[in-house]
Amino acid sequence: MTDDVIAERARHDRLLAAWRDPQGLWGFLTTVDHKRIAARYVVTTMFLLFLAGMLALDMRLQLSAPDVHRMTPQLYDESFALHGSTMLFLVSVPVMEAMAIWLVPLMLGQRNLAFPRLAAFSYWLYLGGVLMLWVPHLLDVTPDLGWFEYPPLSGPAYSPGHRADVWAQMITFTEVAALAASVNIVATILKLRPPGMTLAKMPLFLWAMLVASLMTIFGLPAVMLATSMLISDRLVSTNFFSPAGGGDVLLFQHIWWFFGHPEVYIIFIPAVGFVSSIVETFSRRPIFGHAAMVLSMLAIGVLAFGLWVHHMFAVGLPRLGNDFYTAASLTIALPAGVQIFCWIATMVGGRPRLSVPMLWVVGFVVTFVIGGLSGVMTASAPLDLQLTDTYFVVAHFHYVLVGGAIFPLLGAFCYWFPKATGRLMSKRLGATAFVLIFGGFNIGFFPMHILGLWGMPRRIYTYGPEMGWGALNLLATVGAAISIAGGIVFVVDAWRSFRSGQPAGDDPWGGSTLEWASTSPPPPFNFDYTPAIDSLTPMWTGELVAYDGLGIDKRELLVTSVADAEPLYRQNSVGPSIWPLIASLGVAVLFVGSIFTPWAIVWGAIPVAIALTFWFWPTRDRATTGPFRKRSS
Amino acid sequence: MRSRPAIAATLALGGCSGAQTPLAPVADQAGSQYHLLLLMLWVCGVMYLLVIGFLIIGLWRARGRHAAAPPPLLEPADDRLRRLLAVWAAVVVIGLLVLAGGSFLVERSLALAQANESLRIRVTAHQYWWRIAYRDPASGRWVETANELHLPVARTARIELGSADVIHSFWVPNISGKMDVIPGRANAIDLTPRRLGWFRGQCAEFCGPQHAHMGFDVKVETSAAFDAWLAAQARPAAAPRDAEQARGMEVVTREQCAMCHTVRGTAAIGRNGPDLTHIGSRHSIAAGTLTMTRAHLQGWIAQPQAIKPGTMMPTVTLSPADANAAAAYLESLK
Repeated sequence: MTDDVIAERARHDRLLAAWRDPQGLWGFLTTVDHKRIAARYVVTTMFLLFLAGMLALDMRLQLSAPDVHRMTPQLYDESFALHGSTMLFLVSVPVMEAMAIWLVPLMLGQRNLAFPRLAAFSYWLYLGGVLMLWVPHLLDVTPDLGWFEYPPLSGPAYSPGHRADVWAQMITFTEVAALAASVNIVATILKLRPPGMTLAKMPLFLWAMLVASLMTIFGLPAVMLATSMLISDRLVSTNFFSPAGGGDVLLFQHIWWFFGHPEVYIIFIPAVGFVSSIVETFSRRPIFGHAAMVLSMLAIGVLAFGLWVHHMFAVGLPRLGNDFYTAASLTIALPAGVQIFCWIATMVGGRPRLSVPMLWVVGFVVTFVIGGLSGVMTASAPLDLQLTDTYFVVAHFHYVLVGGAIFPLLGAFCYWFPKATGRLMSKRLGATAFVLIFGGFNIGFFPMHILGLWGMPRRIYTYGPEMGWGALNLLATVGAAISIAGGIVFVVDAWRSFRSGQPAGDDPWGGSTLEWASTSPPPPFNFDYTPAIDSLTPMWTGELVAYDGLGIDKRELLVTSVADAEPLYRQNSVGPSIWPLIASLGVAVLFVGSIFTPWAIVWGAIPVAIALTFWFWPTRDRATTGPFRKRSS
Repeated sequence: MRSRPAIAATLALGGCSGAQTPLAPVADQAGSQYHLLLLMLWVCGVMYLLVIGFLIIGLWRARGRHAAAPPPLLEPADDRLRRLLAVWAAVVVIGLLVLAGGSFLVERSLALAQANESLRIRVTAHQYWWRIAYRDPASGRWVETANELHLPVARTARIELGSADVIHSFWVPNISGKMDVIPGRANAIDLTPRRLGWFRGQCAEFCGPQHAHMGFDVKVETSAAFDAWLAAQARPAAAPRDAEQARGMEVVTREQCAMCHTVRGTAAIGRNGPDLTHIGSRHSIAAGTLTMTRAHLQGWIAQPQAIKPGTMMPTVTLSPADANAAAAYLESLK
């Protein structure tokens, strides 16, 4: 018995030696540990969420009464451009990928992602995108045309200078980063599942991340196309979007929204995964309607690519065509309605407990369903002509994105915080933060529906007292301030708990999926042995079967078959490397330089090629341990 | 569909001016959109109550459970919930069919209005104002005005939309939904107003720093009043009636003003800015930014960039006396 313990400890130490990062700064720069990379992503996005919230509060103060002059129109335009671009490109999408990068290997019982260096590369490029937007802001080259910069306003004739270029290249950075992360997540979910986790026994969280990542792979090239064409128009006068040169300004809108609508679901579908995990654990039963949920996500993933025109009902396309997109947009309410039903049914048919993550789920349902229903209204082509580009739409998409994605994200943060840090968050502060954020949000955004119906357009920096919009705008500002106070409580709670929270233990909630089988926080290699599963809720159905045979003195992963997760072979997993960072620096030089001269693409390719050559330099070590087998003990 | 008073009371039009809202429709187009909105609110309201009711049942199950996690329920009996899911899916499908049908009918009615249009009006959007041109029935020539649209009641007017620069959106919520104004595209929108009065429109697509101040006034009037108004607009500018106005005319037609503005019947024939021939007859100035008063005219001439930072109207150095005279002259251009 003691011999066994000693042997286990020795094994653990050898694994640690194989998977540990180098010490200090070098370790920080070279790490390929998915948990460290994801933590960076999460911290960066949370900081940007704070900045974007401050911008929002600033704009709310400007709009709190008629004819306020604290901001110039230019400053107001910069604020909403920065707020929207930050939230859509630098917070919502990356934070969902970060959650996947952190959780997917753990939920698969694996030691790392399929392409660890690609994950590091993805973060560095994402950070490049962050700097691309916010460093020019410090230099007063802030984009000032919103989060979708329609030409010709963003074209060379109406936007001289580099504000629009900064915006377009920020998107290129973040989208390359998002593609890198998504490819990684898809490959990991399809090829690194534990023995027994067939597609039919795959938890909803993994399905959500799979669908969202596939959508990213199909959708994001469109936005890169749109912004690259815009940059070409601005840099070398390609005239894609200039009517005088034979181009078409609507072309931009089509390509943009072909990405832009799926984008909403790329943000929302991961939230489906969070909510499903939380509801399952706190309702103490497997989620109701697993197959219906999976089919709903797949249906949304497909339908989302067929309804982009509902962002363009007012541009004067043929009315029969508009009706088609109305029908397609309404259809998506069916899978969304099924999902909502399944979550509530899980509570009704289970033994639910209202812990803090569950509060966020309740807030999500109450808020997101309003956003979904106002989405049904805007999906109707003739009614949308009255609603689009008004504050009704501002209310709608904040209900969808904040209610539908940020609330579940905050719930997920509270839910997995003990696993990531080994400490519990405070229940009282957690509930206080929830009440303030949820209440403030609804006080802030619900009146905007009415303002929109009272004729208040979007993106106006002020309005006259005769319009009668003052009182509700003041209410909205008060709500925003309450919400931000709640955000501060949330951050204080997270920081205090991180420093001195109660020890959490490995599985404080009695969770259902494999990440709870690891220690809290997990070691660099996540699991001593490879778990095998035979149900959707492996942590609830008796003892886990563990497999042995993966390398102990070197980094190895278990590759399994796509559909049935049959063990196929052991794969070497790469260790720490500086080359992803150097490669992303090269790419950054290329992207930033191309704002100024097209030659940057030629010269910038050289350092990128060098970095990639070293990155992929082949190594020839082979496995040294015995065959893969079920553990006998 | 008889619930109009109820909904109006609910949303109260509380602080709202009522001149720029889809909730007080005065035309066929806005009327059908308003009815569709009511249908939507009913159907979506019922759906929301169903979801929240179900959620309350779920929360009721959670009451009193704060202690440690109970053991998981591995094989729950879900037959009733499965049947309920089928019912719920059917309810959602029926609701969506109702909404899709209603939406289709309204879309069709908007398209059909084209059949009986009898008046064509050209509206050209500029950063940050609206050029509006009518065909004078007497001479057959186009007569220009700016930022003020006059419509005869109970006739369908077809607004032909063009842009001089970037994308804008034409929106008079009491009369109809939006139509974007897109460079390189010939868009049009039909308006069939049924009630007399002043209404307000505003650009609804972000078009630059002064997007917020790109409004216009809409007057729906009787056929006779409309004809009289159009005949008056077709006439050249009134001659100055006193010395100050004469000085003002001198300033407007000889100084920089004439580079951009037209005053028909004078030497001012600029085309970049609004036609000023009958500016004194208009409800407001600077695209709905200020009401039409002598003082506002004076302020606008002296300090356009202070009132509307980023407007294309430059600050022109005029002596206070000249600015006063110009304002007096422009006010007299009824």
